[in-house]
Amino acid sequence: MVENRPFLTFLSHLVLIAGVFVVAFPVYLAFIASTHGPTDFLSGLIPLLPGPHMIENYSTMLTEGVSTGGAPPLGTMMWNSLIMALTIAIGKIAISILSAFAIVYFRFPFRQTVFWAIFITLMLPVEVRILPTFEVVANLKMLNSYAGLTIPLIASATATFLFRQFFLTVPDELMEAARVDGAGALKFFRDILLPLSLTNIAALFVILFIYGWNQYLWPLLITTDADYYTIVMGIKRLADVTDAEPKWNLVMSATVLAMLPPVLVVIFMQRLFVKGLVETEK
Amino acid sequence: MAGIEIKNVRKTYAGGVEAIKGIDLTIPDGKLVVLVGPSGCGKSTLLRMIAGLETITDGTIEIGDKVVNKLEPAERDIAMVFQNYALYPHMSVRGNLAYGLKNRGTPKVEIAERIEEAARILEITPFLDRKPRQLSGGQRQRVAMGRAIVRQPKAFLFDEPLSNLDAKLRGHMRVEIRRLQRTFKTTAVYVTHDQLEAMTLADKLVVMNAGRIEQMGKPLDVYANPQSLFVAAFMGSPGMNLIAVGELQALGVGLPDAIPASTGTLGLRPEDVTLEAPAEPHIVIDASLDAVELVGSESLVYARAQGIEKDIVVRTPGIHPGEPGDALTLHVAHSALHCFEQTTGRKVEIQRAA
Repeated sequence: MVENRPFLTFLSHLVLIAGVFVVAFPVYLAFIASTHGPTDFLSGLIPLLPGPHMIENYSTMLTEGVSTGGAPPLGTMMWNSLIMALTIAIGKIAISILSAFAIVYFRFPFRQTVFWAIFITLMLPVEVRILPTFEVVANLKMLNSYAGLTIPLIASATATFLFRQFFLTVPDELMEAARVDGAGALKFFRDILLPLSLTNIAALFVILFIYGWNQYLWPLLITTDADYYTIVMGIKRLADVTDAEPKWNLVMSATVLAMLPPVLVVIFMQRLFVKGLVETEK
Repeated sequence: MAGIEIKNVRKTYAGGVEAIKGIDLTIPDGKLVVLVGPSGCGKSTLLRMIAGLETITDGTIEIGDKVVNKLEPAERDIAMVFQNYALYPHMSVRGNLAYGLKNRGTPKVEIAERIEEAARILEITPFLDRKPRQLSGGQRQRVAMGRAIVRQPKAFLFDEPLSNLDAKLRGHMRVEIRRLQRTFKTTAVYVTHDQLEAMTLADKLVVMNAGRIEQMGKPLDVYANPQSLFVAAFMGSPGMNLIAVGELQALGVGLPDAIPASTGTLGLRPEDVTLEAPAEPHIVIDASLDAVELVGSESLVYARAQGIEKDIVVRTPGIHPGEPGDALTLHVAHSALHCFEQTTGRKVEIQRAA
């Protein structure tokens, strides 16, 4: 808006600041809490200024963990989470881009049926099919393994659908020109379609990485071995102590650490987003 | 170097729609053949069948004495220029030109040489390292041409390559394409719906209608001697005046006896209708002026004659000073009359002897 009304500017800034405050304040509190000693919360009041125990808390979490909570050091859990998130993100992208390629560029019987079959699974989130999936994974002896953590979450109707929609906007002439230029189906995919989808892939990667990182229910169900705990479910275990106050300073430092990788991914991938927005012409 | 031989080719789509209804066509080696017709006449389908992008339902297509019906587009050794250019957006101009050669395993040194050569001819050397989106429409068009040229194929296929350009550029590129095709002496098939492009580019003009060939021949022959009402109406801008014989007779126009009895429609080219009486035998139509379009170098006079449904268009040099309502006398030499049969719409010859 090109209007120049000081009051309106003031009001809109006020609303924005209030919005930021609502979102950012809990994060701030978590950070503050992670810098205090274990006894500072017993009064029931949470301090608002940083305390002196930050380095101590974080190093405890990273190296030793909290034995009473049954949680291994954070390093292991973060490594597990990283493997899970990366495998899920990369696996989902690889599988869905290939199936979208098949659906859009190949004529085979029941093509539409296949597409709709994939599409319908969109309506079934992990939680709905979690019991049968658990049964299958257990029978395949994949409990307490990276395979068990990732494979059941890899198939993705959403990503397939997004890639399909993108491929449909790529002009047919491009494929025909490639055919005349001597590129077969896979060559066309590798040389032309894949580079064109790069920004879509980056966007999906961010979304899927966070999706994988934030998985809670599934890892909680299939891991009983502390070596395979992921950090998001680990926090739950840290807070879950019997007959004692949870060590909030340690829980909060774990929370802050758990937040870091998704934030880094977003910040790093943002460049690709912007690039994708500038270069939209096909 | 190879001619293209099309024998009794048909195309039926899955839905049962017959797009091409039996076409025989010889495209001589090194010549530029233009397929022209209204949209939906099957000209693009035929081109795509030559390219190998559409399957052939029936008949055979030979490129350089080799039946190519079952071959992939890449194996047919043709290069195609698309209407929307179809440049690979993520590759530089150089990458676009090189892609087809790379896929054929051409040595790197030769690829570089060919690209330099093509870029020089097309004057796109300064843009070689740019991406297609940084180029204007005309430059993209040149790159698309370049992609065809570097391949040194047996035949060029053009699918309405100029229709995305503005009028001025189109005129320029038309001349360019003609020049290039002459230079390389490569067989070329060119599809367009623009009859001006068709007239100026073609060595051989093929007018298509509803999946069949209406007429083919040298452009000027087709223009001067249309064999059917369809061709008469399609070629030329403004098109030929087509007037029912009955309407002329009702108006009291004295038609020559030489006109065959079966004639239903008379065709008069706008430039054959004159306002002054010619020396040779002619017919006379009394009319009144309806409107004048001043093009600059010439004027298009729309004349209304009583009982004749459509205005008769007269093309006359210079600026016509008339006002609407002025009386006009139109003259058409007997030799310039085109007669079309009542029942079939085919051309019937005037008996010249009479």
